[in-house]
Amino acid sequence: MDAILFYAAAALAVVSALVVIGQKNPIYSAFALIVTLCSLSVIFALLGSPFIAVLQVIVYAGAIMVLFLFVLMLLNVKSEADAPGRGTRTLGAVAVALVALLVAQAGAVLVRAEPGPAPAFDASTRRMAEILFSPQFLYVFEATSILILAALVGAITLAKKDL
Amino acid sequence: MTPSPLVQELILAAVKVAVIIGALQGLFSLMTWIERRVLAFMQFRLGPNRTGPFGILQPVADGIKLFFKEEVMPAAANKWAFLAAPVVAVTTSFLAVAVLPYGPPFTLPRLEFLPSWLSWLWPEWLWGRSVQLQIAAIDVGLLFIFAITALGVYGVVLAGWAANNKYSLIGGLRSSAQMFSYELSLGLSFVGVIMLAGSFQIGDIVNSQAARAGGWFLGWNCFVQLPAFLVYFAAATAEVARTPFDLPEGETELVAGFHTEYSSMRFALIQMAEYINMITVAVLATNLFLGGWHSGIPWVASEGLLGFVFWGGKVAVLLFVFIWLRGTLPRFRYDQLMHFGWKVLIPVAAVWILVTATGVALKGR
Repeated sequence: MDAILFYAAAALAVVSALVVIGQKNPIYSAFALIVTLCSLSVIFALLGSPFIAVLQVIVYAGAIMVLFLFVLMLLNVKSEADAPGRGTRTLGAVAVALVALLVAQAGAVLVRAEPGPAPAFDASTRRMAEILFSPQFLYVFEATSILILAALVGAITLAKKDL
Repeated sequence: MTPSPLVQELILAAVKVAVIIGALQGLFSLMTWIERRVLAFMQFRLGPNRTGPFGILQPVADGIKLFFKEEVMPAAANKWAFLAAPVVAVTTSFLAVAVLPYGPPFTLPRLEFLPSWLSWLWPEWLWGRSVQLQIAAIDVGLLFIFAITALGVYGVVLAGWAANNKYSLIGGLRSSAQMFSYELSLGLSFVGVIMLAGSFQIGDIVNSQAARAGGWFLGWNCFVQLPAFLVYFAAATAEVARTPFDLPEGETELVAGFHTEYSSMRFALIQMAEYINMITVAVLATNLFLGGWHSGIPWVASEGLLGFVFWGGKVAVLLFVFIWLRGTLPRFRYDQLMHFGWKVLIPVAAVWILVTATGVALKGR
């Protein structure tokens, strides 16, 4: 059951990710990205962490992608024309090389991997909170929050000259 | 022959899904009629009273009418997005319903008098079995609803953009801006409730309310967490775009907003999604703030069917309040809407979280 769900979600994630980069219409790309993020969230849930799965949807698929779409729709971005761009051949060669490297790496991981069940770990919401707010990570966590707040204030000051 | 436990669970889940989807569709058509009748009553009119007794068959007539209307798609519309938008809207509204509890655990009766040739209808493994009136009691139930609401915005955005109509686009953008402005205060209003219950699971939150104040209704979150309840109610009304927050459909300025170009059954689907969202919001308010299925009086039991009746009564009252608001309040102006959401609701919710957190830290739950 889990295996079926995993392969379905993984296949959906890969296919929609290909659509994101293959589409000429940016709006379609944005929607494909939402599908990718949602299928990743299914994989997180299967790994035993519903909290991360739900956050993935709320933050990325929900909040961030809505803003992307907003900008795309307000600017009314047209689909890219078939620009015959220079150096397509070189870029193609680089892309093929990179894909080959990726496949080689995946193969190496698969060869070295030890078969058998993954070690059990506790990914519940309570455990996550305990780790995040433990002395080890508390400082980093709070510093990140202040960083985000600073970015927020900065964005507002830049966008609105006369406050 | 008794099926394996997994198959039993799957059968029960399938039956629950079928019953709840059916019940919601029935409630949706009933609500369209109730809303028109109650509004008419508030405005000294009669409302639809011709079809069937008291006009109760009006939704059936409406359904037949919508079914036979022509489905129009604008020539310049984006075909796939135009078709997908109502599907997204309906799917997300039904998904959110999956994690809500509908009453206390229910013990199935033992039907010993059933003749053997009918026993496949009510097999023995069902006898005396305790059933949760909830499709999925997941650990992060409340956050799941929040995630699905976040995805629900896409139905509106897609519908507004795909039709290639300026009224639709402005309606869709307005609507999504409104939805994610109020989503923030909606999320913040949950925080105090979660802190008091110590759980994201909606069933736990319901039971935590009954444990306070010796079982009296004064222990419910609508009293203990009054500011959060008010913020929730305002934000939820805006979230489902009901009056006074129905700007996305402000017909004086936007024709019909994001669904201007939709007709026939696609229009009905969008309408259904909106009503189901409204029912979800009322059910959530009942469970989080109004003590769910508990009676609120210590010596009145709220197990089994009785609990379901209490629960249903509270949901019905809330749904009536939504209609009442529509009959009473005028629509906000757009700048007032944004001002209210960002400068009133969010600060109130944030301060209230601080107050609750201090209380929990000092006195415990």
